[in-house]
Amino acid sequence: MSDGDFERVLGLGDDALIAAQRLGEWCSRAPEMEEDIALANIALDQLGVARMLLTYAGELEGRGRDEDDLAFLRDDREFRNVQLVELDNGDFAVTMAKLLFLSVYQHLLYDALASGIDPRLAGIAGKARKESAYHVDHSALWAVRLGDGTAQSHARMQAAVDAVWPYTHELFEGQAAPLRGQWLVHVDKVLAEATLTRPADGWAPGGGRRGVHTEALSRLLADMQVLHRAHPGATW
Amino acid sequence: MVTVREAVSAVRDPEIRVITIAELGILRDVTLVDGHVTVTITPTYSGCPAMDVIRQDIVAAAHDAGYDDVDVRTVLAEPWSTDWISDEGRAKLAAAGIAPPSKRAAALTLSVRCPLCGSPDTEQLSRFGSTACKSLWRCRACREPFDLVKTI
Repeated sequence: MSDGDFERVLGLGDDALIAAQRLGEWCSRAPEMEEDIALANIALDQLGVARMLLTYAGELEGRGRDEDDLAFLRDDREFRNVQLVELDNGDFAVTMAKLLFLSVYQHLLYDALASGIDPRLAGIAGKARKESAYHVDHSALWAVRLGDGTAQSHARMQAAVDAVWPYTHELFEGQAAPLRGQWLVHVDKVLAEATLTRPADGWAPGGGRRGVHTEALSRLLADMQVLHRAHPGATW
Repeated sequence: MVTVREAVSAVRDPEIRVITIAELGILRDVTLVDGHVTVTITPTYSGCPAMDVIRQDIVAAAHDAGYDDVDVRTVLAEPWSTDWISDEGRAKLAAAGIAPPSKRAAALTLSVRCPLCGSPDTEQLSRFGSTACKSLWRCRACREPFDLVKTI
């Protein structure tokens, strides 16, 4: 196996891990109890996939690092997730815009990987794609409910889509580039139903796959890693 | 004397206690070679937090049946589907007030029946429920909330 495989699997695992950590921040703070449970469940799905991907990445690397080493003992510059997942949750509309864009991408990606040549990755993706279908449905439902809701909810959902849109370009760097066409078809359908306008493409921040991140990731990692760093090897 | 397969098959799901791991369809295989037991399981959802407890319970059940040399393997392919829940398992879920999933081929056409009063007049409150594998519903007839095992 080449380094490319390690970096790629690590990137997918980091996307899921950081998305899980961000979604988990809503636990006990969501606008209603059902939503609290929903976001925690989606976070749990992401975490489950992250564990399997990071375990596999560690094996590909061959230096004896397990899922915990990779999650808890790397610094920000060593993370390979896209910046989209590390951005602060913002208001509920921003969280839903992030989740919609991420889960449509993940669903297409897992679908492709499930019939790919790497049997280990195919197994993980075959499992994950069923779960990501629910994430797509859930975030699309909210995008429509807020976008096609009151003047206030529409304005905030549109502002969220506008703010997050530039970060979606990074999803399609490298091997995932061919997926953007299908991604746009799906996202356009949701935006249209939600009476939202797709922002113009312009500024396209990137670099997450090379370890270039926003300040938001450093704060997230401080929170996520503090226990393991303070008590190395701690278990329940 | 129960066989190791019977002992492992009887392990209950730690979050839905009325159903066994065999009835839930997550127990894929039990083999016994020269006193060494290999149990193969598959998760319902990637992040199912019950998997660690299920592994421990399998080892304990095999131990009680007289087998101490046990490996529990986890496989992902074929991915678990609610179609693998046995008819007996579905009946037990319903009896416990948890609506069983419909078969995937019929998922789009059948309405969800209230497991408490049997009315088809039900509504979904949330796609996500008390565990990763369930969604939250309410019956419009008897007004009771209930869980539904999501069809995947």
